[in-house]
Amino acid sequence: MSIRTQTFAPARSRRLPRGAAFSRRLHWIYLAFGLAFLLFVGVMALLEHLGLPRRWIGFLFLVGPIVFYAGIGILSRTTDPAEYYVAGRRVPALYNGMATGADWMSAASFIGMAGTLYLSGYGGLAYILGWTGGFCLVALLIAPYLRKFGGYTIPDFLAARYDGNLTRVIGVVAAIACSFLYVVAQIYGVGLITSRITGVEFEVGVFLGLGGILVCSFLGGMRAVTWTQVAQYIVLLVAYVVPVAWLSFNQHASVVPQATYGYQLRKVIASEKKIQADPAEQQVIAIFKARAAEFDARLVDIPAALAVERRTAAGRIAELKAANAPQGDIQAAERVLARVPRDAQEARDAWTRARDADLERAKPLAGMPPHAQQFAGDPHGDAAARKAFDDSRHNFIALVFCLMVGTASLPHVLTRFYTTPSVAETRRSVTWSLLFIVLLYLTAPALAVLVKVEVFDSLVGTRFDQLPAWINNWAHVDSSLLQVADVNGDGILQLGEIKIGGDIVVLATPEIAGLPYVISGLVAAGGLAAALSTADGLLLTIANALSHDLWFSIVDPDASATRRVTVSKVLLLMVALGAAYVTAQKPGDILLLVSAAFSIAASAFFPALVLGVFWRRANRWGAAAGMVSGLLLTLYYVLVNQPGVRETFGITRPIQLWGGIQPIAAGLFGVPVGFAVLVAVSLLTPPPSRAALAMVDDIRLP
Amino acid sequence: MPLSDPAAAPEPLRDARARHWRRTRTLTAALLGVWFVVGFVVTWFARDLDFPFFGWPFSFWVAAQGGMVAFVVLLAIYARRMARLDRELADAAGAPR
Repeated sequence: MSIRTQTFAPARSRRLPRGAAFSRRLHWIYLAFGLAFLLFVGVMALLEHLGLPRRWIGFLFLVGPIVFYAGIGILSRTTDPAEYYVAGRRVPALYNGMATGADWMSAASFIGMAGTLYLSGYGGLAYILGWTGGFCLVALLIAPYLRKFGGYTIPDFLAARYDGNLTRVIGVVAAIACSFLYVVAQIYGVGLITSRITGVEFEVGVFLGLGGILVCSFLGGMRAVTWTQVAQYIVLLVAYVVPVAWLSFNQHASVVPQATYGYQLRKVIASEKKIQADPAEQQVIAIFKARAAEFDARLVDIPAALAVERRTAAGRIAELKAANAPQGDIQAAERVLARVPRDAQEARDAWTRARDADLERAKPLAGMPPHAQQFAGDPHGDAAARKAFDDSRHNFIALVFCLMVGTASLPHVLTRFYTTPSVAETRRSVTWSLLFIVLLYLTAPALAVLVKVEVFDSLVGTRFDQLPAWINNWAHVDSSLLQVADVNGDGILQLGEIKIGGDIVVLATPEIAGLPYVISGLVAAGGLAAALSTADGLLLTIANALSHDLWFSIVDPDASATRRVTVSKVLLLMVALGAAYVTAQKPGDILLLVSAAFSIAASAFFPALVLGVFWRRANRWGAAAGMVSGLLLTLYYVLVNQPGVRETFGITRPIQLWGGIQPIAAGLFGVPVGFAVLVAVSLLTPPPSRAALAMVDDIRLP
Repeated sequence: MPLSDPAAAPEPLRDARARHWRRTRTLTAALLGVWFVVGFVVTWFARDLDFPFFGWPFSFWVAAQGGMVAFVVLLAIYARRMARLDRELADAAGAPR
């Protein structure tokens, strides 16, 4: 660790290494870090072999890396604004690429994506395409010009290009809105991993994780976040790729499943046909259909059905009491009575939900579309099949569009490109970023297929008393992740009898592959690194929007440099505590909100950023109107159409989808409207000032 | 941040800068075209582009692998070409800026 002290010396020191020498030094440091991490994993494996309890291994896997990150964070402490906001602008392209990779890949990428791909097959690939294609927009349209401008935050750019603080304030509001939603989801992920691995309460896990986030970003701002993110990228990549390669080797003797899983995909397609034709599977489906029909029958006359149910439950209690049954049985029966819905409205909701859940499970292949089938429905089928096909195809394209444009508009990612030494370096840095992200994103679809082979070919058809241990372990931990029940009572597991939550695909991979527990710990460390690194970047973005953009640029422009950094740190602490408080309330539907954050960012920022560079005539009023209208339209569409949000805000007017587009892709409307309004209002108002035009000309030069 | 007023620059330099920006835009448009074809056109016709490709159905492979690889290559080309354009501009300006 001693070499780090010198490398992260303050920028003011004259003997600061620059350029190639600095890069070389970084190579050595991170090579050493990588080896130290592998050594750490090796020691853990040895300890497991020697009989250290799993709980301890899991705990060490969470604490060990955090101590590493904290060390980097403390060594990188700074009070210099250029260091605090943009890491002194001397992060080499390669390392900025790694940091961006970690900044970008959140808990959702690490844990959620393979699960989504498992559950929705081709449909899930919209995330892969969208989240990588977005970096083309970053590189071609935004990042180099931002770097040439050379500010500290995205609202900085908007204020300079669009003459003043109007667009800055709108930018701050939009940046905080999307980043806060996003950071809550990251802290939620941290709490989940911590509590699951160490067994502490979720709320305690949240605040433990918060400590991990703060040690990285609090003392050293962007500088500390950059150098911890590079370390976190190494951890998360190793943690993702190693178990998958191992599983793949066990399954089909290949350590590069990314290149070979086409063969496994063919196996999955064959198994899908076999499973759909299996009479036992059809029996399970028929049972779920019958259950759904029973709820339907009750829903016809709710008061009568409710009365019957209440009478039955009360009768059962009376019966037990009369027979002098054990107290436990009576209490159980009383609980059944207590669970009977109180009134007709509650009964309608509960039974509708139950019916829908049964109908969901009555679908072929446990509700999963055939893995390689592009879009639902059939373009040559009947009217319903054609409509399903069109809807599915349109929504896929719309989602890809929103994720791409959203990626190119997320402030915490864009700020990373302020930190490189030059414009040319920024361009190379985006390439590196995408390469490092692609390494993981190539692996996720492979993992989804490998796990599917495991489930379809090995698990389905097993006798219930011979199920592998991981099934019981995980069903025990959390029933939302995994449920198995012998629905048709034949003692054999059918696909329809497994209910799987997406997150388990990554979390249980080591156990599915039969790997030692130390690999499970490694995966937890990787998930934590992914969530922590993203949370760091987001918190810094929010705190800087508040301190740099609101406080210093508008309220108190004369504050001294040290004072600015101090206020930023205090705000960072407050935002972090606020986010942790919100997370501890366990708000529902977080992941859907996060996806909406992409549409929000896309419609608020993308038109103003792109036209700010490529259209000189774009002016202040146009930009402000474009940002506000795009933002409002997207918010409106999400608000009235997203079920979870509707419930929170008590919205009762009927859902109205435009062209069948789901609210997750609301940006499909917000972005074009933002562009159109920006152009129209700009043309109706006077051209931008000479200073703004000079700035446009300047950022267009390398 | 010093803002150079382009109108004050000598004629040849102004031409060189205009050329640089024109070429930048052409390159950007061309690469965005490739991006659009890979990301949207292939995706739109995904059901029809279902022929086998090294074991994968082609459009599945593009969405799961080929597209991403194409994006990385595209950005690498952009970084290289732009570096060359920058060098040409620096040469035209005569001195390192």
